Amino acid sequence: MITQAEARQTNEMIRDEKLDVRTITMGIDILDCADENIERFCTKVYDKITKTAKDLVKTGDEIAMEFGVPVVNKRISVTPVSVAASACRCEDYVPVAKTLDAAANEVGVDFIGGFSALVQKGESTSDVKLIRSIPEALASTDIVCSSVNLGSSRSGINMDAVKRIGHIIKETALLTKDADSLGCAKFVAFCNAVEDNPFMAGAFHGVGERDCAINVGVSGPGVVKRALEDVRGADFETLCETVKKTAFRITRVGQLVAREASQRLNVPFGIIDLSLAPTPAVGDSVAEILQEMGLEYAGAPGTTAALAILNDNVKKGGVMASSYVGGLSGAFIPVSEDHGMIEAVEAGALCLEKLEAMTCVCSVGLDMIAIPGDTTEETISGIIADEMAIGMVNNKTTAVRIVPVYGKKAGDTVTFGGLLGYAPIMPVNKFSCASFVNRGGRIPAPIHSFKN
Amino acid sequence: MKAIVTVLGKDKVGIIAGVCSYLSAKNANILEISQTIIKGYFDMLMIIDISDANATPGEIAGGLKELGEQLGLTINFQREEIFESMHRI
Repeated sequence: MITQAEARQTNEMIRDEKLDVRTITMGIDILDCADENIERFCTKVYDKITKTAKDLVKTGDEIAMEFGVPVVNKRISVTPVSVAASACRCEDYVPVAKTLDAAANEVGVDFIGGFSALVQKGESTSDVKLIRSIPEALASTDIVCSSVNLGSSRSGINMDAVKRIGHIIKETALLTKDADSLGCAKFVAFCNAVEDNPFMAGAFHGVGERDCAINVGVSGPGVVKRALEDVRGADFETLCETVKKTAFRITRVGQLVAREASQRLNVPFGIIDLSLAPTPAVGDSVAEILQEMGLEYAGAPGTTAALAILNDNVKKGGVMASSYVGGLSGAFIPVSEDHGMIEAVEAGALCLEKLEAMTCVCSVGLDMIAIPGDTTEETISGIIADEMAIGMVNNKTTAVRIVPVYGKKAGDTVTFGGLLGYAPIMPVNKFSCASFVNRGGRIPAPIHSFKN
Repeated sequence: MKAIVTVLGKDKVGIIAGVCSYLSAKNANILEISQTIIKGYFDMLMIIDISDANATPGEIAGGLKELGEQLGLTINFQREEIFESMHRI
């Protein structure tokens, strides 16, 4: 029987340490909507989404009420549009993005992802159309998220696409300049993208998935931080054990919610993504965990090691708690969404290069970083290429979600609002990589033996 | 189906009576109560059976929340599975 102390601990985790289920994401296959006529395609997509996800928000809210744990977001991911819409005879896919936006608004979800293309080896005609449509799609919709997979450990890095994406990010920044280039916060470039990620902006429903699946993302950096307060000064074994046990508890909550959601919606359960995803709120920060481990600020020497410990032990605890851990699972290190990271940048402790090193051991990559609006598109492509190379060589997912804020320079601040937070504009290395980026072609896949 | 009700707040007359009459009206059966007063603060945990209740778990959760607001207390209703899954392997 549950003891009073255990009940109190659970409730403190939820109330004071901000344990939450960050998202219930319903993945919906839209391949069967294929049509030569884009209007008919959009109608079919709209009907399918609004029919399949009609009870998603209500169910999420009911589960939150019954179990007393917040379900912060309800989201939808669809098959990458560049694949699903490839039969359409049209110039661009902006109408598809508008359809996704309308369908998502109709069912009341917070975000919809899947305005995506997978171009790690090369771009089809449809991929080119999709990528070209991204700036206008993001500028003319509210809750549509877009992603492009630019590289993989198996096929290398498509540098033609990396170059194109540098330009696309700048164009998106320009088209959404009145909202501090917010459009760029809804776009992410990947290496080794995963097909069952419930987190935005990178969620899409992979082509290897079934018709529909429920993927749940759990969060709780505050819970880990609080647990570590009790073992201040203890050795690394104790530190790792504490992170593992906490991650186990958090994941079990996710598992419970996922099972309930899957049963009630009559949709198969996909995966639990245990990601320590921070929010701008105090006490909900990954940087605070690193500080609790013994660093003055995130970014101090030792940060990469501390993050490696955190990321690894979160996974170890998580896989014990659920048989189907997937997605991106680990620790996210966004800047604008984490008040501890923001403070570290403001204190001069954290720079772009240190963040890049941290992405070698975190679960994803450079995330929600605001840079000066006059950063050239080649430099953005160079930053992306570096990050893709880290993912490709180390067999991990890496990503870049970067915002060149129009009209702002290093030292200014920008407010995105809500979960996206606010950020100081970080300086970018001024030296040019244009001749490198402009070479064109593809970086071959790396060798998969002689690991050292 | 079992659920756990936790009540936390400043002690005063009628807390248990208020919560119990609400649960009784919903036909929820109280299986166990443990309660302490820490420095004037009332802390109670109840295990209840809602298998034969005349309202959904969501409605009972909402009703208890409202009751908590009327009494100036925090009342949480949660299905037992959340605690079981978190604290038991």
